[in-house]
Amino acid sequence: MSMLAATLSSGWFLENAWLIPLIPAIGFVLIILFGKRMPQGGSEVGLVSMAASLAIAIGATVQWIQRVNSASAEGEHALGGFFGFARAIVPTATEEGGHSAAFVEPVVRTWTWWQSGGLEFGVGQHIDGLAIMLLLLVTFISLLVQIYSTEYVSGDRRFTHFFAALTLFSAGMLVMVLAENMIQLILGWEIMGLCSFMLIGHWWEETANSKAALKAFFTVRVGDVGLLVGTAVIFFGANDWAVERGSNGFSIRAISAWALSGEASNSVLFWGGVALFIAAIGKSGQFPLHTWLPDAMAGPTPVSSLLHSSTMVVAGVFLVARVYPVFFVGFDILDTAVNLITIIGGITIIAAAALAFVQDDIKKVLAYSTVSQLGYMMLGLGVGAWLPAVFHIFTHAFFKCALFLAAGSVSHSGSHHSFDMKKDMGGLARKMPVTATTWMISTAALCGIPFFSGFFSKDEIIDNASHNGYQFFYWVGLIGAAMTAAYMTRATYLTFFGKARGAAAGEHHDDHADDHADDHGADHGHDAHGHDDHHDAHAGPHESPWRITAPLVILATLAIFSGYLNAPAVGTHYFTDWVEPVGVAVEADALHSAGDEGHALGLAAVTAEEGGYSEGCGFSDPAEGTVCYAPKLSHAVFSWSKAAPSILLVAFGISISAWLSMGVFGDRRNPLKGLTSRSGIARRGHAFLVNKYYLDHLYEGVIVRAVAYPMAKAAYWINQNILDGIVNGVGRSGRSTGEWVYRNLDQRVVDGAVNASGFIASETGHALQPVQSGKVNQYGALLFGAATVGAIVLILVNI
Amino acid sequence: MYAVNFLILGALLFSLGVFGVIARRNAVMVLMSIELILNAVNVNLIAFALMNDSAEGHVFALYVIAVAAAEVGVGLAMVLMIYRNRRSIALDELSALKG
Repeated sequence: MSMLAATLSSGWFLENAWLIPLIPAIGFVLIILFGKRMPQGGSEVGLVSMAASLAIAIGATVQWIQRVNSASAEGEHALGGFFGFARAIVPTATEEGGHSAAFVEPVVRTWTWWQSGGLEFGVGQHIDGLAIMLLLLVTFISLLVQIYSTEYVSGDRRFTHFFAALTLFSAGMLVMVLAENMIQLILGWEIMGLCSFMLIGHWWEETANSKAALKAFFTVRVGDVGLLVGTAVIFFGANDWAVERGSNGFSIRAISAWALSGEASNSVLFWGGVALFIAAIGKSGQFPLHTWLPDAMAGPTPVSSLLHSSTMVVAGVFLVARVYPVFFVGFDILDTAVNLITIIGGITIIAAAALAFVQDDIKKVLAYSTVSQLGYMMLGLGVGAWLPAVFHIFTHAFFKCALFLAAGSVSHSGSHHSFDMKKDMGGLARKMPVTATTWMISTAALCGIPFFSGFFSKDEIIDNASHNGYQFFYWVGLIGAAMTAAYMTRATYLTFFGKARGAAAGEHHDDHADDHADDHGADHGHDAHGHDDHHDAHAGPHESPWRITAPLVILATLAIFSGYLNAPAVGTHYFTDWVEPVGVAVEADALHSAGDEGHALGLAAVTAEEGGYSEGCGFSDPAEGTVCYAPKLSHAVFSWSKAAPSILLVAFGISISAWLSMGVFGDRRNPLKGLTSRSGIARRGHAFLVNKYYLDHLYEGVIVRAVAYPMAKAAYWINQNILDGIVNGVGRSGRSTGEWVYRNLDQRVVDGAVNASGFIASETGHALQPVQSGKVNQYGALLFGAATVGAIVLILVNI
Repeated sequence: MYAVNFLILGALLFSLGVFGVIARRNAVMVLMSIELILNAVNVNLIAFALMNDSAEGHVFALYVIAVAAAEVGVGLAMVLMIYRNRRSIALDELSALKG
């Protein structure tokens, strides 16, 4: 890294970030091969590999921050002709936040994976702020989830396979996050698809579970077609442009630069963007392909938690954030008041939040909440609020993971493996103080109550929607926030307050008491919030052991404090500095930058373009010989007066929902009680929501029936009549040919040749028999005689 | 030329070895003759190395010495086994492999 080292700090961890996915991948192989023979059933390998990856990710994060800081520090010297041409360093106009940003070259490395038809398919790493953030997030959450799982699925019959799949799942996400090109991204994407299938269907003995796994797999598959098509469209659009600059149309950097170069055809960008966005819809559970996500709750809770916080569903949002210039230019994001991404995101926010109101299953409430929050992220990307959307991925991962783990903790120790809030929960706050506290903190973060992390990320998205001219979606975001607050209040009330019902009241606990004693006996010594009395612990709901509560406490702490990385209210903008790519034009020199490995488009400084919102990357085409990698986005300036509407709406949502919950689910007689069974409109509305807008009926009853059944029938007919006819005809003619061949060719020609060669070999052997005297001396004499003859020939030839 | 003398020496040694391999009945003598042949090769290699003023020949000679040691080890072990079984190491009696 001779050139880059001159100006930008790098380091071992940044250069070798590709190890982060590799370690869990190796861990997966080890678990599969040897896991069953290990004392902890392979879980130790999973834990160690995730811990090692986390260590490298932390190292890489620290070094990335140093790199960013070194860029800002060097930025001032760059124009002074540092080293002739100061690479990768560009000072820019001071942004609204009051800090100056400099272009920070990502750490890109590529190795050739395979070659085909003159195309090189690479595999490598592309480390920038976005990748670093997700690497840290994924490894961190995966480690916590694995710790939690050692308790949660202990004693499961496929314990080893569970950890193998969990580890590979993380590896898949990490491969995708690191991806340097679209092919690698697809690889990671598909690994995740496969693992989600294995994990959701972990308890496949029950039909519902294996159906849910299939549904998740196939629904996402519908979107995956979009990914392949989109990649191909973008490739054919970008390849010529990229090859001229020494890269190719799969490279993410090349795609970004091409999209912003002004030379890209708008229709290619639009249709490529649409196709890629369909992939994101499938993966990130956006309307109308969100139906698989709530069903995916059939998997073990740690899986749901991992799936919904930092991996899998974030993949779609990540895809859009990763090749953002394609969408930015293709959808004309800052020049319209509505586009495909915002429409889908907006519908998803409201539709999913409405569905969350009628769920009885605590995990399904969270699932729809995830769908709705993913809608926020998409909306953020759609309105040009790239950073708030990415920041929301970051904060959402912590509090959603905590919520899921808390739900798992409730079912594990509070409600005897039931997730039904109405039947088996209620009043658990006193019995499970740690779980309840962490749940409440995470709920506060999710609802966007001020000073919790969700407030800083979600409000930024909503604020930027109006800042960038998406007035309608500003209101969608606000209403969604109020709905979020309301359905979470309902779930909280049903689970932790009110009167204890079913298992939470201690019913039918006797049949489980024994295995509970086995499960938890060993952990009581460590349980910080343990039970005074061993018997008491099993006589009904109790707090979970430390391996469950520890991840909860850590995550809840982060659910409060992670927001302060980028809290305009208190004037911090670390996240912006470290993660947001700087949208300035940088000089593009030839591809293989000197002494550097891989296909990084080399960069050198050019003068920064001053300018407002209508100039700079993404608005005007970059000057000749320069490229842009990210659009230049401005951020809305935070003010409490602008945050006030959302705070008020959230407060309104919470209070009305609390009042309704107490009225409907509480003990007292209330006119609202049983409203759905008395009022026709309310009943129909309720049924509409319970049936999830009848989308599942549409997909399975109409589309699958209309498409798949006739196809199956036609295929059967073709099979019976045409294919079988062909097969039989071929068989008959084959048989007669065979008979002729047997009589003439086989018997006469082939057998004759075989017999003749055998006869010749036998005769030759007899003739040469005397040479094999068995006498060593004679052999020696023959050998040397032959050597002599050979030497004589050699001499004669040379003379 | 000076180096030619070495080549002549090598040729003489080689011929002597070949004669021993063909004419001797005693297995140990045959092994010793083979050693002569190998050393004749060594002398040749060194001679050529001298003529070409390079070190490769020396390296080859060292390899040959190592291989010869291994070969003699195996050979003597075989001779020993034959002697134990037959109380004789006369090679012309060992014609069990006659075709």
